[in-house]
Amino acid sequence: MDRTLEIAHGTPLDAALSASLVFDVAHLFAGALVLISFLMLYQDRLYALLKVFALQAVVLSLSVGWQALAQDAPHLYVTAAIALVFKAVVIPLALARMVARLGIHRQVETVVSIGPTMLAGIALVALSLVVMLKATAAVGGAADALAREDLAFALSVVLLGLLMMVTRRNAVSQVIGFMSLENGLILAATGAKGMPLVVEISVAFSVLIALIVIGIFLFRIRERFDTVDVDALDRFRGGRA
Amino acid sequence: MTLAPTFQLLVALAAVAALLLLALAGAALARGPYGRPVVYGGALVVTLLAAVSALTAIPAPTGGLVLPLGIPWIGANLRLDALSAVFLFVVNLGGAAASLYGLGYGRHDHAPERVLPFFPAFLAGMSLVPLAADAYTFLLAWEFMSLASWALVVSHDKEAGNVQAGLVYILMASFGTLALMLAFGLLAGGGGGFTFEAMRAAPPTGWAGAVVLALAMLGAGSKAGLVPLHVWLPLAHPAAPSHVSALMSGVMTKVAVYGFIRIVFDLAGPPDWWWGIPVIVAGAIAGVVGVLQALLQSDTKRVLAFSTIENIGLIFVGLGLALAFKASGFGGAAALAFTAALFHVFNHAAMKSLLFFGAGAVLTATGSRVMDRLGGLIHRMPVTSVAMLIGAAAISALPPLNGFASEWLVFQAILLSPELPAWGLKLSVPAAGALLALAAALAAACFVRLYGIVFLGRARSEQAANAHEVDVFSRAAMLALAGICVAAGLFPGLVIDALQPAVTALVGVRMPAQSEVAWLSIVPVAESRSSYNGLLVFLFIASSALLTAFIIHRLATGAVRRAPPWDCGFPNADPVTQYSAGSFAQPIRRVFARTLFAARERVEMPPPGSLAPARIEITARDPAWAFLFLPLAGLVERIATRANRLQYLTIRQYLALVFGALVLLLLVLALWT
Amino acid sequence: MMANLLVQGTQMLLVLALAPLLTGLVRKVKARLTRRRGASVLQPYRDLARLLNKEAVLAHNASWLFRAVPYLLFAATWVAAALVPTFGTGLIFSWSADLIVITALLGSARFFLALAGMDVGTSFGGIGSSREVMISSLAEPAMIMIVFSLALVAHSTQLSTIASVMVAGVGLRVSLALALVALAIVAVAENGRIPVDNPATHLELTMVHEAMVLEYSGRHLALIELAAQLKLLLFISLVACVFLPWGLAPAGAGAGAVVLGMASYGAKLAAGAVLLAVFETSIAKMRVFRVPDFLGAALMLGLLGTLLLFVSRIL
Repeated sequence: MDRTLEIAHGTPLDAALSASLVFDVAHLFAGALVLISFLMLYQDRLYALLKVFALQAVVLSLSVGWQALAQDAPHLYVTAAIALVFKAVVIPLALARMVARLGIHRQVETVVSIGPTMLAGIALVALSLVVMLKATAAVGGAADALAREDLAFALSVVLLGLLMMVTRRNAVSQVIGFMSLENGLILAATGAKGMPLVVEISVAFSVLIALIVIGIFLFRIRERFDTVDVDALDRFRGGRA
Repeated sequence: MTLAPTFQLLVALAAVAALLLLALAGAALARGPYGRPVVYGGALVVTLLAAVSALTAIPAPTGGLVLPLGIPWIGANLRLDALSAVFLFVVNLGGAAASLYGLGYGRHDHAPERVLPFFPAFLAGMSLVPLAADAYTFLLAWEFMSLASWALVVSHDKEAGNVQAGLVYILMASFGTLALMLAFGLLAGGGGGFTFEAMRAAPPTGWAGAVVLALAMLGAGSKAGLVPLHVWLPLAHPAAPSHVSALMSGVMTKVAVYGFIRIVFDLAGPPDWWWGIPVIVAGAIAGVVGVLQALLQSDTKRVLAFSTIENIGLIFVGLGLALAFKASGFGGAAALAFTAALFHVFNHAAMKSLLFFGAGAVLTATGSRVMDRLGGLIHRMPVTSVAMLIGAAAISALPPLNGFASEWLVFQAILLSPELPAWGLKLSVPAAGALLALAAALAAACFVRLYGIVFLGRARSEQAANAHEVDVFSRAAMLALAGICVAAGLFPGLVIDALQPAVTALVGVRMPAQSEVAWLSIVPVAESRSSYNGLLVFLFIASSALLTAFIIHRLATGAVRRAPPWDCGFPNADPVTQYSAGSFAQPIRRVFARTLFAARERVEMPPPGSLAPARIEITARDPAWAFLFLPLAGLVERIATRANRLQYLTIRQYLALVFGALVLLLLVLALWT
Repeated sequence: MMANLLVQGTQMLLVLALAPLLTGLVRKVKARLTRRRGASVLQPYRDLARLLNKEAVLAHNASWLFRAVPYLLFAATWVAAALVPTFGTGLIFSWSADLIVITALLGSARFFLALAGMDVGTSFGGIGSSREVMISSLAEPAMIMIVFSLALVAHSTQLSTIASVMVAGVGLRVSLALALVALAIVAVAENGRIPVDNPATHLELTMVHEAMVLEYSGRHLALIELAAQLKLLLFISLVACVFLPWGLAPAGAGAGAVVLGMASYGAKLAAGAVLLAVFETSIAKMRVFRVPDFLGAALMLGLLGTLLLFVSRIL
């Protein structure tokens, strides 16, 4: 029996790690992820955006690690490690190199300006709160209410990632929006108990492959059209279909 | 159950009759030298007496009276209960202040015969609305009020835009009355019980209640200035003479609020849980849109008119919260929200009248309402500038003045609302709270701008440089209202307690008695939760400011040297280099108004060497006009063009039309049952 | 009663005495971080004394309002600062003004200062006032939303009650975390610190607060500077008493608790000063029209925190 289990069950440390604290910390991590999603919406420089994305990945891996500790699910440590290695280090570095090598304009080009985007983000969070709390009302009951709020946070992160993909012109920021969307999925998955490791790993790999594919595409697009602005691609296609 | 007429009801009716007589006297004496003193002096005496009587009527028992006027089988039902008394007090207080102001201001009126007869008639109409206790009398008084004010709006018909303002106003007023008429029709039901008593006895059920709410929001809301039905207000209110503007903005909008409360809280029966949501949302939107538009105006009276929309928004948020609490059975919280709304009704009547008086005084002294032609009036008009400063601080919700006290109560009510069970409320109330806070901060910006441009800095025109303080009556009216603003801010507990009979009557519960709280504090719920003491805050600030001044002058130095302004070493003697109304608003316009009002700036910079002036052109549009009224007007125009063909028919075709209509009606009759 | 009166009196003098020291400390740390030696931490006191003893130079057309505003500004800020618990919660007058009133008092101070900026009729005064009201039009609602979040957690808008609830512990709450971030942003903006405004700048078009008070000199300027220092102290005290309430002496506590409260308050202030200095040296000032986004973010976070509390109330 390893040490984590001891913490989870009746040792003196138990007092410090009482159920409510376990919960509060997990909840705080989930909230922090939403907060960082907003921070990403707020950024107007690509490099800053990448840094914030890395930060989100770090918080995500902390959150997953905490869940591993709390749920006594060692395979979640693997998930946390994957998040930390790939999402906090490899992917941001790769994207940063891409930005540098492609000479992409360093500013995040927005379709809708930041203020309205943030407002829309608030509305989305409110929406996901209502939807999740209502949808899980029958399952959860009063005691598990904060867990339901965690699910709502996860949905918020997903929606905010989508919002970012919709409101940003630059393909790199769209990629980041996609990755942060995936962070929300992982948050939701680890919050639910008993997610198999296989699914984890496959999700992680699929994301990595997506990154590679998108990266290749970026290079190809760049070679051909001299820009990664997706609006420009639309123009090449002969207007919006 | 007929009610006996109380003394106060008789006084109120006598006041209405006296005001109508004064209207006749005004028509007769208008061109003579006595017209102005008789009408305004008489109105001052009558309204003062009526105000005192109404104040005593708030805690007094309800009085009722049926006069054999109007529709024969109903008569004119009149009733003076606590709610009516509160609004009657507000109406007559505003009326008294406007009459006092008019004694002096009316001297500068070049066409007194267009103002004197209608001014007392307008007051009479506004006094009669709260007294009415059947639909017919109510609508009659309402229309009378609208028409009298319309006559006052178009009284200066030579000035550009005033006639158009009158046209828009009369259209919107008719629309509002139509909505109210339909609401009363629904309330009366098939039985035709047009007295309020009958309506109260048989409240509408199901969807009918919802439709009544919607119609009340349309009818009373259009008169009060809820967005998007506000478009007439910033046109009409400034067009009237300033003391009438004060009445329209400060008082008539409150009569509209009365209409809304009477219908929704009293006649429409117990509210559904969701009734509060549209009211809160409409109020919050009106708050922000009103004050943002106020920030874009460069005409003093238009700024004030738009700010009225903001304050009406705050009142409606309070009312909406009260509805939501009442529907969910939180009596104490409902009482708090309702009190906050009524308190703000009173406060806004005082502050807005004061500010319009000030704008009128500036107009008298300089002949201009354009902010960019004013400036530096604090040196030329010492009394007006002090009164206006108090008014501006009060409406910006600064402690310890009255505007803050009512806003604070609204915030306290919002903080009670997480207890509300409904989802829609849980999401809309915090959003409304944020919008209200935004509106309050923008209101402060708006009045810094108004006061700073008009009264501070250097004079931007010859007239402003040579302005003179206004007459003694105008000054007295402004100082009296400023005194009310200060007093209501320092002793909010007294006002809150005075309002409680009306609150009890409408929401069933009252707030805790504030007179029992030590030190004149106000404690809306419980001491551990929140309390506020305006008097003490004021005393703290005053004493520490005086103490500081004393110590510094005593121990350090009190020496003063006058010198040219520093301005970073490059002072420019031309007053045009000061910030103007437009440039002051530029940051806020850029932040808020670009998306909301499509505000755009176009700068024309002549090439070097050219002698043409550089120009900046700022455009903004009101979305209500762009997306609601202009399309509507286009539709009406198209239908009218179509209908125009009907005017070029032969006699035979006209006869065929009549014949066809007759047959159709007979067919309907035949098929009806 | 007497003890509370004493606490209140001590607090009033304490904030007044510490405010310049705090500013001096921030400046010193900033100087050290940029490898300068920097002036002594006591320099703000010397500056104030020097300004107080100089004659006040007024523009020819300055009105009475211009002369009255420094006193009003100082008094309003002082009263507000005196009502935020610093070392103990037993402030005898804390019930006369809750957190909303304290926010509004700062709003009043700013209202009058913005008016004073327009009084002389110079373009710099106008630019300062106009930008100040733009900033405050977002900072104030953000502050109100933060107050809402705190009040909903503590079921009270009374700062002393909020502090005692926080001491008792409410657990880690997401909405409080959001409120803390928002409060940090608002505090930076309200105090005119980098990246919103630069307190050390002169003769730049980017300045806001300094442009507004450009015409002030002598004792008037001293009061305005002292008020600004008090405001900085107030915000750090506010963050300390709400989010780090440990060590606060409860009402009616003995001398030992008071001494402990003072010591912990001093530590919190010093920590706040160092954090602020580090933050300011590590960031660049933003363009004026980037500020609304920055403050808008604070408003959104405050709203989000409030919304969460509203929603989670069914729990």
